Amino acid sequence: MVLNSSLARVGWRRARKVLTSRAVTALTVPHGVDRYLGLINPLWSVNEVRAAVADVTHPTPSSVTLTLRPNGNWDGAQAGQYVRLHVEVDGMRRTRCFSVAGSAHRSDGLVEITAKVNPAGTVSGYLKRHARPGLVVGLSQAEGGFVLPAEVPGHVLLISGGSGITPVMSILRTLADRRHTGRITFLHYASGPDDVVYRQELAALAAAGPRLTLIHAYPRQHGRFSKEQLLEFAPDYADALCYCCGPPSLMDAVGSLWRAEGLGDRLRVERFTTRITAPPAGDPAGEVRFARSGVSVRGDGRTLLEQAESAGLRPDHGCRMGICHTCTSVKTSGAVRNVLDGTITAEPGERIQLCVNAPCGDVELDI
Amino acid sequence: MATRARIPQLTPEQFDELGRELDALRKELADDLGHDDAAYIRRVVTLQQRFEFAGRALLWAGWFPPAWLAGTAALSISKILDNMEIGHNVMHGQYDWMGDPSLNSKMFEWDTVCPAEQWRHTHNYVHHTFTNILGKDRDIGYGLLRMVDNQRWRPYYLGNPVYAFVLMVAFEWGVMLHDLEFDRILSGRRKWSDTKGLRRRMWEKGGKQALKDYVLFPLLSGPGAMATLTGNAVANLVRNLWAFSIIFCGHFPDGVADFTEEECADETRGQWYYRQMLGSANIDGGKLFHVVAGNLSFQIEHHLFPDIPARRYQQISGRVREISERYGLTYTTGPLGKQVGKVWRKIFRLALPPRGRTPFGTARRDKLRPVPDARRVAA
Repeated sequence: MVLNSSLARVGWRRARKVLTSRAVTALTVPHGVDRYLGLINPLWSVNEVRAAVADVTHPTPSSVTLTLRPNGNWDGAQAGQYVRLHVEVDGMRRTRCFSVAGSAHRSDGLVEITAKVNPAGTVSGYLKRHARPGLVVGLSQAEGGFVLPAEVPGHVLLISGGSGITPVMSILRTLADRRHTGRITFLHYASGPDDVVYRQELAALAAAGPRLTLIHAYPRQHGRFSKEQLLEFAPDYADALCYCCGPPSLMDAVGSLWRAEGLGDRLRVERFTTRITAPPAGDPAGEVRFARSGVSVRGDGRTLLEQAESAGLRPDHGCRMGICHTCTSVKTSGAVRNVLDGTITAEPGERIQLCVNAPCGDVELDI
Repeated sequence: MATRARIPQLTPEQFDELGRELDALRKELADDLGHDDAAYIRRVVTLQQRFEFAGRALLWAGWFPPAWLAGTAALSISKILDNMEIGHNVMHGQYDWMGDPSLNSKMFEWDTVCPAEQWRHTHNYVHHTFTNILGKDRDIGYGLLRMVDNQRWRPYYLGNPVYAFVLMVAFEWGVMLHDLEFDRILSGRRKWSDTKGLRRRMWEKGGKQALKDYVLFPLLSGPGAMATLTGNAVANLVRNLWAFSIIFCGHFPDGVADFTEEECADETRGQWYYRQMLGSANIDGGKLFHVVAGNLSFQIEHHLFPDIPARRYQQISGRVREISERYGLTYTTGPLGKQVGKVWRKIFRLALPPRGRTPFGTARRDKLRPVPDARRVAA
């Protein structure tokens, strides 16, 4: 259901009330109303946020920008937040986090995300090659605390690198829409002018608003982030509220500088790299965290079921040989190796069988 | 694991080799899963939904006999697809790799009175782990019937055909009550009070199913309430007859082996595969038949690889048969009518005490056809 206007939104809320009523629920036992709504329109659901791709652009050779039209369950996003996007690649549902790049005040209700295409990346590669208008994807509600405070201070410093530009772009666009009266300094790192995703729009914003200072830095030309560089580009950085998102090296450099100068409370950062971990080649060493029980053990190469039991936990289990799926549990992060066939998987939030999977590096389980 | 004379003995090396061969086949299938398998199960779900929708809609005009007939048929097919090709297979974890919550083994709930969670325990764990081990696999006779010669005969079993008939007609309720283990409650090995949680969940799920089929949809039909009620009841019955027949053909025709607990102590992976092969039986048929049977017509392949999507069983059945024959293991199969006939003949035969007071089962063992020398074949 396409819902732009608030009227349609109210209509949808009413329809949802009927669809989730006891009578309708009782008639759709045991599968639930969503299974039937999906038959009519894949976007329809009473609880889940789903979105149709409305537009696809390829701003740089290694990125893709999607404009998504979410269904009526979408609650909107604050500037700087991210969503978990679910997309099916070769039959498998994959989940990745993407920052919402659009302004929080966008009037058409659309959600924009930009994915940097990682050559080995399943999801970004798929989106680059196959995303077309009409493709339906799943979304989470917006999450994350990389957002503007209620009272925006007079000077905002935005530092981003590469694809880290997206949440920062969202903040910039939101401030522009609000006709923010303070100053904004935007320092962006990219390998070259062609790799700057929102280059034209940035130039237009800078041209339209004299209070926006736009600085493009290309490390090969200007060197990497350093205090000297910062003093050159934004000498009054200490009085600004700073938002930073980019590759780990940039964020670490910015973080240490701000901490060293006692400005830690004026810095907001958004880290994405830790959300996807590459599986080491079957190395069991690492920390296995049983999040719900609050227990952590050292990975020793045995199966997760055996390790959980040694740690005094009693997870549900059955056959202990991988056939009955009684022990299937949610693995929130990390990589595991199937001991029967050696397959390594690292999908965040996937369900795995504890009895036939051993940890590869750090693993967190929801048990 | 010691094996009885009537089933071929393999050497430890042969067992290991059998395990390796089947593990390799499993990996080959698992590595190949992808878009087509996902598209297939979604297609079946859509088909099931359409039959369900058509069935419910037609039954609104159920006062008109052809509409009643068509509606009841459509609803029967919907329930059969839901329970067999979708429910049974999804709840085995066959589509867990897709990461789709609506097709996840732990989250799926099916259109039958037995709560999914309870069934997953009795079926996926108990039955599939201890397949055909007398005393451990409660699917042997469901604590109700005498289905293998090794079950000791008691006068109670004179009613074997009657119990089987009642179970067939009320199969969904039988599957639900299975986990209560009435036989163990009656013999005092299980306390009635221990089943409190189980009974509550049965009451909730069974109540919801019955409310939908026997109260709400009939009420929605207004003056046609009676037609909808009977249509729904008949659809449930048709599904029961079909599911019972397919399932009983999977383990109980002649030629299928049963095992003792001693025989199966400390099984290796190869020995486990061996037991699954000898303890299951297939049904021959066409493509459509296999879909409606939930591919349980490939019971042997299903028991070897219960969490590999069932649509793949047909593809590997030739190779599994070749492996069975190479090791001298019986690959039991036959057309539906013949297998159902064999099952009922057994239900009747086992109602009576063993003939001539021979040791249990001896009469049958003598009748088994000789098998080729397994050692020679695999050497």
